[in-house]
Amino acid sequence: MQYSWDFMIYFKPSLTGEGDYWELILQGLGRTVFLSLLSWVLALSFGTLLGIARTLPLRWLSWPAAVFVHCFRNTPLLVQLFLWFYVVPELLPAEWGTAIKRMDPTLGQFLTVLVALTLYTAAKAAEVIRSGILAVSSGQKQAASALGLTGPRAYRHVILPQAFRMIMPPLTSDFLNVFKNSSVALTIGFMELTGQTRQIGDFSSQPFEAYIAATVIYSLITLSVIGFMRRIEKVTRIPGYLGA
Amino acid sequence: MAYSFDWGTLVRGWPFILDGLATTALLVAVGMALGIALGVVLALARLFGPRWLSLAAAFYVNIFRAIPLILTIFWFFFLVPLLLRAITGNPYAGVGPIYAALAAFVLAEAAYYCEIVRAGIASVRSGQMQAATALGLTRWQALRHVVLPQAFHNMTPALINQSIALLKDTSLVYVISLNDFLGAATKVAHRDGTLVEMYLFVAVTYLALCSLGVWLVNIFKRKQAAG
Repeated sequence: MQYSWDFMIYFKPSLTGEGDYWELILQGLGRTVFLSLLSWVLALSFGTLLGIARTLPLRWLSWPAAVFVHCFRNTPLLVQLFLWFYVVPELLPAEWGTAIKRMDPTLGQFLTVLVALTLYTAAKAAEVIRSGILAVSSGQKQAASALGLTGPRAYRHVILPQAFRMIMPPLTSDFLNVFKNSSVALTIGFMELTGQTRQIGDFSSQPFEAYIAATVIYSLITLSVIGFMRRIEKVTRIPGYLGA
Repeated sequence: MAYSFDWGTLVRGWPFILDGLATTALLVAVGMALGIALGVVLALARLFGPRWLSLAAAFYVNIFRAIPLILTIFWFFFLVPLLLRAITGNPYAGVGPIYAALAAFVLAEAAYYCEIVRAGIASVRSGQMQAATALGLTRWQALRHVVLPQAFHNMTPALINQSIALLKDTSLVYVISLNDFLGAATKVAHRDGTLVEMYLFVAVTYLALCSLGVWLVNIFKRKQAAG
């Protein structure tokens, strides 16, 4: 293979004059982490509401939640992102659309990805949370109502705490998916880790070194999250249940 | 809402969009067929292989599952031409991005299918393997004729679900400008200035296709619950 390796490339200044290549990688990593963490927190909150709504006997709540979850789970994230980026500003009232287009480009891209990633992830998380709620044995729910805990308080004090402890493993993989999915941001110009990597590969003409760096970073973070969550799962495991 | 729709763009771009759909179908079909085949090999290696092979398979699966698919696609977009030039000795040998995309999807999806197959095999009771070997089947025959058929029966819904995910993921080839369904629609949209109509149409089509898959999963699940 005619390829000249140069692993010192990370410490050379970028052609764009934005700093050394390692600084660009670090900036991309920072954006990836910030975007995925913020999106995860929002998606988990919204997903919990959706998941609860789907288990309620009120049809006017459970139906819209089911339709939302179905639509947002069954279209590609990239298509959803393009809908938010290219389509929605056109369909909003003219002043709103103009306001969005006049926003600082990086902020606009960030907010668009945040919305798309959050809603996509919330729909996935809602299904996991719903299955967790359904997995809590009905005796627990009956016991709660026998103790006089009405709907919301039964969810808050009896059902949800048990449901969340049971769905730790699938929630972990959902989080890792947000982290990986955040890379779609590069398609609308938000330079997170994968986007920066591609740019560095193009500018420095050392694509392999750039992609190796990104692969190592993604793998290390994934492995540490898995290791960390295993510990938490051990602590929060419900006694008397088989561990996953 | 002052937007005036121009749905004629669908008619004008139809042959090109249809080509795009065919590319998406090719990516899904090859990704599924070869991905599942390689996934089975990886799962068998992880479960029944010698220690070094099982560790190697686990490493492969974990790496591919840890990095974003877009990054995998970029890897192959750069790697495949370089490898091809090294093999053929022709410094100008080029391949269409389609081969890079196919390689990326087969190898990455295999890692995801492997985990499903592994769970499927684990769901078969260990007595089945013992009974088969007691009847005089070799380990390989027992796997081939007793364990795997039951495992595949159990994991059909999960395999279809993963294939729905694959269909959605194929849209990511947008990043190497391949004309899949989304790529073709994007080009027509830019030509006609109809991003709104095109992306709405694309979203509805993907939704319909994935809903079909979900419907299939439910049929299989109901069958399993009944049988």
